[in-house]
Amino acid sequence: MSLLNDLTGASPALNPRAVLLRLGAIGGLVVGAAGAFAYVGGWFSPGTLTQARIVDRFERVNGPHPGFRRNHAKGLCLVGRFESTSRGERLSKASLFAAGQITPVTGRIALAGGQPYAADAATTVRSLALRFQLPDGEEWRTGNNDIPVFPVRTPEAFYAQLLAAKPDPATGKPDPEALKAFFAANPESATAAALIKERRITSGFADDTFRGLNAFQFVAGDGTETPVRWAFVPGQAETAESAAQTARADKNYLFDEFETAVRRAPVRWHLVASLGEAGDPTADATRPWPAERTSVDLGTVIVTATEAEADGNCRDVNFDPLVLPAGIAGSDDPLLSARSAAYAQSFARRAGEPKAPSAVHDVPAAGAGL
Amino acid sequence: MNFNRPARLLHWTMAGMILAMLFIGVAMVTSLAHYDALVALHRPLGIGILILAALRLVNRWRHPPPELPADLPGWQRQAAHASHILLYGLMLGLPLIGWAMLSAAGYPIGLGGAVVLPPILPRDPTIYAWLRPLHTMLAYALFGLILAHLGAALMHGLIRKDGVFSSMALRLTTPRSR
Ligand code: HEM
Ligand code: HEM
Ligand code: HEM
Repeated sequence: MSLLNDLTGASPALNPRAVLLRLGAIGGLVVGAAGAFAYVGGWFSPGTLTQARIVDRFERVNGPHPGFRRNHAKGLCLVGRFESTSRGERLSKASLFAAGQITPVTGRIALAGGQPYAADAATTVRSLALRFQLPDGEEWRTGNNDIPVFPVRTPEAFYAQLLAAKPDPATGKPDPEALKAFFAANPESATAAALIKERRITSGFADDTFRGLNAFQFVAGDGTETPVRWAFVPGQAETAESAAQTARADKNYLFDEFETAVRRAPVRWHLVASLGEAGDPTADATRPWPAERTSVDLGTVIVTATEAEADGNCRDVNFDPLVLPAGIAGSDDPLLSARSAAYAQSFARRAGEPKAPSAVHDVPAAGAGL
Repeated sequence: MNFNRPARLLHWTMAGMILAMLFIGVAMVTSLAHYDALVALHRPLGIGILILAALRLVNRWRHPPPELPADLPGWQRQAAHASHILLYGLMLGLPLIGWAMLSAAGYPIGLGGAVVLPPILPRDPTIYAWLRPLHTMLAYALFGLILAHLGAALMHGLIRKDGVFSSMALRLTTPRSR
């Protein structure tokens, strides 16, 4: 018996050479398994774009703002309900579209960008995020912007654009050369940017149209799938942004006007789904669908109250666009899975950070018995 | 003496599921394109592991495992004992932490279709911020432990040939009693 056999307690039937060989094989298997794990976990491919790298770039471009969302940082919570028209019933089996169904809703209006204390400005993209609470724990969460198309088609383009559009501290404007290079590399973004620039800018949140931009699938009770894009269309008539508004000293004029409007009367949006047809792009949010597509008014979101961000309300919600009830599913749009990943990362980071009060304070108007 | 048939079936089914879970876990946080599909698989598979681990403990309690060989050095005996306790702890603990952290984060915990698990913790982002890195740390610890376990099992099977490996081996045909 050799020392090796003694040390390993090897069976007497094995000669030292066989023991060595088998030890080598076992070691190889263990190291191989560890290597496969590291490979799948991306340790050997530091160049791949990950959820963490996207959020790192937001932080680099906007600076540190602990406790706040890394994008759409400035916002205000809202509470209300959704009343179904029943016209969505044949398209999606999600219970909120059933006849006569009333679903509780909470949400958040916000300004795009990672600066929580930025002053409201007419041209900043506005957003409406909603969380529908269905029976039995199901939820539908959705984030929507007031632009006709999204500026980028892929998460990689999003990542490149973040840096290209970063304002130069000296001029306060993005470096024109960087932007030119970005648009040359992503021509679909140049087309989209032109459409976004042409949009009508309304007087505020309450008369603005918010779009889901990404395509989704509605799944009916019989399994039929319909590609859709949706929009929240204001119940009140649109009025144009006025010069008097923008000239106001109030840094929160858009939010303050919305609070006042809700206090006066509930603010409504119709949830309108456009039904995609063969050939309509579902994997390219930079391209609009033809305007003549059938659209269906699924119901009305009725906002009855607003609330400053605080413990436990919309501040602590991740409006992950892939939190969907049975009856609504994602599409092949590459932005969707990437959004889900990046939002989870942004949420996990801000969850552990100390919180500062939002720039948007809920100041009760005189006489409004709040 | 061998592990009983349910114990062996559970061991190998769960070994496959747990290894798959670990790989799915590290892949999903690095893949933007497959994040959603992988997370949607991660949740029900993890809950499946939790249920099987509970069944496995019940079976183990009713059918105690075979003794280790008498000539096994004491430290190896203790290491085997300690690592099995840790393995059971993590098989139960990791899915529970996954479930608890998603509860604290306020996500609906969908298992597929319209099936949503109830939360097991109150909604609290501070707790989520604690549990999320703990889930990662313990998952890595589990993987390390499995590597050591794999090495030890193969030492028994290929080098010591002391019947420990065959006590857990799956035979497709029922062995005749010797
Ligand atoms: C790959 C592309 C995108 C990335 C990386 C991205 C990233 C982010 C991040 C990190 C947040 C903060 C999440 C949080 O901490 O809760 C956010 C919020 C938001 N995003 Fe995106 N986004 C993308 C595309 C889109 C698209 C296509 C839309 C539009 C429809 C959109 C609309 C929103 C809205 C409305 C919010 C704010 C939700 C709220 O008020 O909490 N995003 N985005
Ligand atoms: C992937 C995850 C794995 C887990 C979580 C796991 C877990 C366990 C646990 C908890 C036991 C103790 C059973 C008990 O006392 O009730 C055990 C025993 C055993 N496992 Fe695994 N195992 C895994 C993979 C493997 C692999 C890959 C092998 C072999 C190559 C293996 C071989 C064995 C053997 C031979 C035993 C019997 C050992 C004894 O009686 O002490 N296991 N395993
Ligand atoms: C045996 C069971 C489980 C194992 C081995 C496991 C393993 C893992 C691993 C390795 C990661 C990646 C960690 C990282 O690199 O940051 C992860 C993340 C995660 N796991 Fe698990 N897990 C288990 C059970 C569960 C369960 C039951 C749930 C939920 C119900 C869950 C939810 C999650 C979530 C949400 C993430 C992170 C996604 C993100 O933050 O983007 N896990 N898990």
